[in-house]
Amino acid sequence: MALSESILSERCLEQARGLVSSIESGDEGKAVDHLREISRLNETKMFQEIGRLTRELHDTLVGFGIETEISELAEHEIPDARERLSHVINVTDQAAHKTLTAVEEAIPVCSELEASASHIEVQWKRFISRDLSADEFRELSREIGSHLEISADRYTKIKLYLNDILMAQDFQDITGQIIRRVITLVQDVEDKLVGLIKLSGDLDSDLPKATKKPVEKVLEGPQVPGKESATALKSQDEVDDLLSSLGF
Amino acid sequence: MKILIVDDFSTMRRIIKNLLRDLGFNNTSEADDGNTALPMLQAGDFDFLVTDWNMPGMEGIDLLKAVRADEKLANLPVLLVTAEAKKEQIVEAAQAGVNGYVVKPFNAATLKEKIEKIFERIEASK
Repeated sequence: MALSESILSERCLEQARGLVSSIESGDEGKAVDHLREISRLNETKMFQEIGRLTRELHDTLVGFGIETEISELAEHEIPDARERLSHVINVTDQAAHKTLTAVEEAIPVCSELEASASHIEVQWKRFISRDLSADEFRELSREIGSHLEISADRYTKIKLYLNDILMAQDFQDITGQIIRRVITLVQDVEDKLVGLIKLSGDLDSDLPKATKKPVEKVLEGPQVPGKESATALKSQDEVDDLLSSLGF
Repeated sequence: MKILIVDDFSTMRRIIKNLLRDLGFNNTSEADDGNTALPMLQAGDFDFLVTDWNMPGMEGIDLLKAVRADEKLANLPVLLVTAEAKKEQIVEAAQAGVNGYVVKPFNAATLKEKIEKIFERIEASK
């Protein structure tokens, strides 16, 4: 229950008078009681004042439309930015692993062809210098045949791995779009904080209305897990189905 | 076959260029936005347009609409390759006359399939 200023002051004065008289009469116990009571009254005054200021600030913020914006920032936009950036980490991690896997798979294939070709080269040089026996020549012939037979398949495999590496680079476009959005959001936070600073610095001046929340963007860019739009489709197949239903 | 690739991220343009080259399409050009792409299309006898949606100057959807509105370009086959996956966007693109829609991330096979499908349809309608 809030006590009015005048009642508080009256009671303080009462206690102060009591304090003086109990000190004069040597009654320490009573003096301490009076001091305690004065202290308590002071605290009450202080808490009421803080409460009043808080309400005033709240009302002013609400009045300027900032209060909802700030709670928006705390409850939605900043956690949103955190999730988006976490997703960026996941995407780049996956891309790096895809690339490394492709490299790890391709290298043994290259080594296999390399070993086979080197061996054939050695034998071929001996053949040219007429250093090969008939049996060895038959062996070389078999080896050449085998090498040629597997070559096409191995080269195709290597191209596929290279293609995997190519496709893995798509992370840059996707993460770039997400990061751009976070940059916009950070700009938004900055603008709002500047608005708040101005507001607290000079409540009297003719403040411009706090910048409105940017118009809800229609485009969303890449979907982020946990933040998917209700109407976002989840795969190329779903996109194809929708287009077919429209007659495509 | 002259193809224009439009995307504000150069890495994506490069990926698509490589995929097209693998499919046998070596004659490609690039633009980083709808605004730079449109004059290139108007000047250039392109046979195919591959474009992103989300670009800073002129978005892909607006480029598509501008192409369909230009009598010289109205029949240019257009493939949208984009991260935008919301129903509303896809429907809008379909209504604006897009020939194909590929969502990112996509794989090489999908791109190939959609391009081939577009050309099949064009042949069939001749």
